[in-house]
Amino acid sequence: MNHAIELSRVTVRLAGRTLIDRIDLRAEAGRLTAVIGPNGSGKSTLLKAICGDLQSEGAIAINGHDLRRLKPWQAAGLRAVLPQATVLSFPFTVREVVALGASAGRPGPEARDLEWLPERALAEVDLDGFAGRMYGELSGGEQQRVQLARTLCQVWSPVLDGVPRYLLLDEPVSSLDIRHQLLIMAVARRFADAGGGVIAVLHDLNLTAMFADRVLVLGGGRAAAFGTPREVLSDGTIAQVFSCDLRVGQVPPAPMPFVLPQSARL
Amino acid sequence: MLQRAGDIDLVVERAGDRRGLARQVILLLALLLVAASAASLTTGASGASVWRVLTGLGRPLDAEDVTLVRDFTVVLDIRLPRLFLGILIGGGLAISGVVMQGLFRNPLADPGLVGVSSGAGLGAVGVIVLGTTVLAPLTGFLGIYALQISAFAGGLLTTLVLYRVATSHGRTAVATMLLAGIAIAALAGAVTGVLVYLADDAQLRDLTYWGLGSLSGANWTKVFASGPIIGIAIAASLFLARGLNALTLGEATANHLGVPVQRFKNAAIVIVAAATGAAVAVSGGIGFVGIVVPHLLRLVIGPDHRFLLPASALLGASFLLGADALARVIVAPAELPIGIITAAVGGPFFLWVLLRRRGQILE
Repeated sequence: MNHAIELSRVTVRLAGRTLIDRIDLRAEAGRLTAVIGPNGSGKSTLLKAICGDLQSEGAIAINGHDLRRLKPWQAAGLRAVLPQATVLSFPFTVREVVALGASAGRPGPEARDLEWLPERALAEVDLDGFAGRMYGELSGGEQQRVQLARTLCQVWSPVLDGVPRYLLLDEPVSSLDIRHQLLIMAVARRFADAGGGVIAVLHDLNLTAMFADRVLVLGGGRAAAFGTPREVLSDGTIAQVFSCDLRVGQVPPAPMPFVLPQSARL
Repeated sequence: MLQRAGDIDLVVERAGDRRGLARQVILLLALLLVAASAASLTTGASGASVWRVLTGLGRPLDAEDVTLVRDFTVVLDIRLPRLFLGILIGGGLAISGVVMQGLFRNPLADPGLVGVSSGAGLGAVGVIVLGTTVLAPLTGFLGIYALQISAFAGGLLTTLVLYRVATSHGRTAVATMLLAGIAIAALAGAVTGVLVYLADDAQLRDLTYWGLGSLSGANWTKVFASGPIIGIAIAASLFLARGLNALTLGEATANHLGVPVQRFKNAAIVIVAAATGAAVAVSGGIGFVGIVVPHLLRLVIGPDHRFLLPASALLGASFLLGADALARVIVAPAELPIGIITAAVGGPFFLWVLLRRRGQILE
């Protein structure tokens, strides 16, 4: 079995402009694959193409199945998507929002455990005790974590019947404080460690270095680099892609690169 | 019956979980509808006794007993079809509102407000006025369903136009939707005006009667013509619940959750047009049921469509029976058009909703 999300020469054109250009990517199950790049480099566009939100050329396969030929409910059993922001049109409670994920796709656990799945998912994202609150009254960061809990519910078991499932996260930590950034990245990390696959669009290079197994660097809609964080997060690549002269450092114990904004020369 | 402790399911009220409450509310609403039906069947200008009819059902009817014959006619041929139509139309209008609000992702969407009822009305008026001349082959072919089907076609057409105008890239601009609704209603009104101008005296009487919005013309033919359409639309709407829930998160997310969005929207639009069209064909313009009922219920049981749809159907039916009873009582032995009652309740209610949500509604 081919346990990965695979892209081959994926191109997205919108109104005559090429937003992403012939992207190849292999995001394996068991790995956290980060997509980084400056604003407008096509990160979210790439993720939307993988979700099927945008028409694209080239091949996209999930576990070897052509994504475009999967029925929506089949795809929903294989991957869950966290959008950047979600506005609700009706006053749902936090628990009801999360339960929407549990009632879609195939969460995995037995029906008996399913009843408490929303509560468990909320605990995962550090929202214990928020179940009874109204979604609309939460802060942006809290709403984002509620949506992550909903997304987790949809593919609660990272591997179901021997088939790995995937989380597609569009800037999952963009409006979170530092504690919750680390916490949410750890949730994604655990999902990958349990055999599922994660593709996350990230802005924070240090979180990328800390949590990602593979990194795709996009620049101007093209793949500028792909590899492990150590291979990709180099002075040259980062400076070139982000048009910003940065120094990549190394944290002493485990050789892990970091990028200090203080090192910038604009 | 006694149960062993281990067999008893522990019912734990979980924070944010309104499903138990919703089930209780639905049960109460079912009881309310039974009560409203009984009241509707037993009250009226004639003072006919349902009890005498019920006890007389098993025995051969004594043609000499004039009051009993009258009671049979009043209860079985006037009040009973009126009861059925009231339930169906009230339920149909309420679920039309719920589905439309879910589809447009806005609590203000209602077939009456955004011109769908006007489009359906145009279809109905077209058949009334042109049914014996230009459209004669069509009405001959459709038989008793001619009015219902042409109203359905008018409603469907306006809903499609509305959706096309107000929605782009999966997002519905609410201001555009409401304004487009006004434009569509005006256009339908203009064409309807031309048809009314063309109508002869007999047709004008039909039109006036129909246009006031009333259940007073209820008979079994109308029940058989509209009943199946509205009944099927209500039953089918229950299958939209999961998709409408997903759609509250936006079209892209609904798709991620496994809903085939385009097909789903088409099905929802057809259901709204069918229920609205069949209701408008029988009773003319009865407004605000689709706004008032779902809105009140959302305040109590929340917006989960698995419960909101059946609850709205039940409350909508009771609401219309209540309004109909009021319409019959206020100026007895004459009666008010029921549309006046629903508008008198719905207008102020709508303003109250606007005041509560001022500023956030057109986002």
